[in-house]
Amino acid sequence: MAEYCAVIGVGQTHHKSKRDDVSIAGLVREAAKMALADADLTWTDIDAVVIGKAPDMFEGNMMPELYLAPALGAVGKPMFRVHTAGSVGGSTSLVAAHLISSGIHKRVLTVAYEKQSDSDAMWALSVPQPFAAPLLAGAGGYFAPHIRAYMRRSGAPEYIGRMVAVKDRINALRNPYAHLHLPDIDMKMVEDSMMLWDPLRYLEACPSSDGAAAMVLAAEDSLSGSYPPAWIHGMAMRSEPTMFAGRDQVNPQAGRDCSADVYAQAGITNPRAEIDVAEVYVPFSWYEPMWLENLGFCDLGDGWKLTEAGATAFEGDIPWNTSGGVLSSNPIGASGMLRFLEVAMQVRGQAGEHQIDGARRALGQAYGGGSQFFSMWVLGSDKP
Amino acid sequence: MSAAAAKAKRAVRRPVSIASFAQSQNVRRDDQHNEVEMLMPVVAEVFANIGITKNDIDFICSGSSDYLIGGPFSFVTALDAVGVWPPMPESHTEMDGAWALYEAWALLQEGEIDAALVYSFGRSSPGNLNEILALQLDPYYLAPLWPDPVSLAALQARALIDAGKGSEEDFAAIASRSRKDALSNPKAQVAHDIPVETLLRDEYVVSPLRRHALPPITDGAAAMVLAAGDKAREWSDKPVWISGFDHRIETHSLGARDLTSSPSTAKAADVAGVADGPIDVAELHAPFAHQEMILKEALGLDDGVTINPSGGALAANPIMSAGLIRIGEAAARIASGQAARAVAHATSGPCLQQNLVCVLEGE
Repeated sequence: MAEYCAVIGVGQTHHKSKRDDVSIAGLVREAAKMALADADLTWTDIDAVVIGKAPDMFEGNMMPELYLAPALGAVGKPMFRVHTAGSVGGSTSLVAAHLISSGIHKRVLTVAYEKQSDSDAMWALSVPQPFAAPLLAGAGGYFAPHIRAYMRRSGAPEYIGRMVAVKDRINALRNPYAHLHLPDIDMKMVEDSMMLWDPLRYLEACPSSDGAAAMVLAAEDSLSGSYPPAWIHGMAMRSEPTMFAGRDQVNPQAGRDCSADVYAQAGITNPRAEIDVAEVYVPFSWYEPMWLENLGFCDLGDGWKLTEAGATAFEGDIPWNTSGGVLSSNPIGASGMLRFLEVAMQVRGQAGEHQIDGARRALGQAYGGGSQFFSMWVLGSDKP
Repeated sequence: MSAAAAKAKRAVRRPVSIASFAQSQNVRRDDQHNEVEMLMPVVAEVFANIGITKNDIDFICSGSSDYLIGGPFSFVTALDAVGVWPPMPESHTEMDGAWALYEAWALLQEGEIDAALVYSFGRSSPGNLNEILALQLDPYYLAPLWPDPVSLAALQARALIDAGKGSEEDFAAIASRSRKDALSNPKAQVAHDIPVETLLRDEYVVSPLRRHALPPITDGAAAMVLAAGDKAREWSDKPVWISGFDHRIETHSLGARDLTSSPSTAKAADVAGVADGPIDVAELHAPFAHQEMILKEALGLDDGVTINPSGGALAANPIMSAGLIRIGEAAARIASGQAARAVAHATSGPCLQQNLVCVLEGE
């Protein structure tokens, strides 16, 4: 009963520490116009707009879809706002896709953004709240203990995190939109950087970025644009509670269930063999080996061995984060959509210097909250 | 085009029913419970009404705003009110729960799943709503001036009077009727029987709006279960069906809008098919009394339509839930046999900037 849906246009801003050349409206418009141009469409061709971003407190702008409606050509149309914490860029893409696959709309523009320079996300995450344990010191302070648990559990050597940090920054050199371009990056530079949250050093953490991402999604009878469509082969979301004694925060059940769901929809039984390229939300270096296991690319405890062997490098058999990943650009609300967008570029063959030759099927993943919200899609160059 | 022709042209949607609805007591200040504790009895009730558990649910969607409690992730812990273990497909919108309902309804259209839980919560009491809602405005040109929502609504009411489309007496009559109707709504926060002449002796809060024309400040929560396919009949002998559903937004700049009309509501009503048949009851999310007049015109409702028998947002206005409650109240009128066809409406933003319309039918 569900209709086929495809990505027919992608756009993103140049991600930077401070985009003080544009307002928030200017930022989202930059990405949206690029996506429309890629799809060879104009604002009037769009049926509905779906926008996502992380907490409103990051910019101090409550329910900003109201203010952004005219900038995104949404006046007179349905405009929908998604917020699912760090996974929001992924979830936003999925909500937009469902408006197509449900048969309600033919062409939907979806946009996600963050303008982190308008505030301080780390402290916006750490506002003391009644009845709640203080999070303290932002996301890194929350995730570092889980990374330690992973290291102890898997016996991974300390340098694995640094390898991921170097690999993703080398990939970013191929991506003109990436925030960080560090041509001299190497293991020593990462090792020499300041310890932030043991075992995470400064260069093993994502930057704070201003940026936006946008995509145009379309139904089978409404395709356009010069690049081929990227068809959705599977999409899923899963959530689990923050505080629950039965949770495994190193290898969350919600992540495993979510990937099992998209793989089943896409007919994938061996992810490592059947997925050509993956963009996975790795805001802190160690999340690459952790998610390799969670996403079923290897057996439990073996994720770090794939990283160490170079399997996830640009030339490896399962290139992960060819765009440079979250470690190279982190406009939080858009970070999940950038993962979803990069895999669209890969299967459409429009990724330029970071194109993996012959990429035909790809996985995009985003996670948020305390490793509890997951959204994923599998895209393919063939119609499902 | 005739209504019948318009209906024939409209896309066929999968029938989805409102299987169950529950809401908390609406109160001025609930400082005895956190968000999870506010929601837990409401979620328990919405399941108990039809004898199901969360294991019968395929998808969850919630609506809330972080800003009301001043924290970045209030929806994250609120999910504990359901207890999503094992993990569940779940999503959240930073909009009124009526839009969360729309997201769930859209997903059910695909035919892959049959049941969804929607909930929303709004605690207006921890902060100062006049300051908080000013932060919804353009952050460069409007928000720095801190225009509060009451003053903006007063501009709209003044425009209505100037256009000859309403009077202070009309606003008072709407307030008087709504709060009198609220006497039969056990969940209402403000309910009384005060004649128009008495109300018109109220002081102005912001001219031309007197105190009675303003919504109360409310803490409250609501939940709903949607069902399609066999579950719709399994969970109800007389299902209440969603026969049309749409939402639209207008430009943000108040100076670029005609505040006396609501073209976004009219457009949503057209897409949702309000005019395809007679409407018995309308539950309109009109936080300020005069907004009911604008919405009534935009929806094309005649004087025979019963408007806001629950008392509407003038009787209880839990921000982020008040729209979902309108849909629940309209569904209840159909379920009880008082109405055959109803329209429910939700709004967001200053002076009715964004509007959602949901048409409900019995059988």
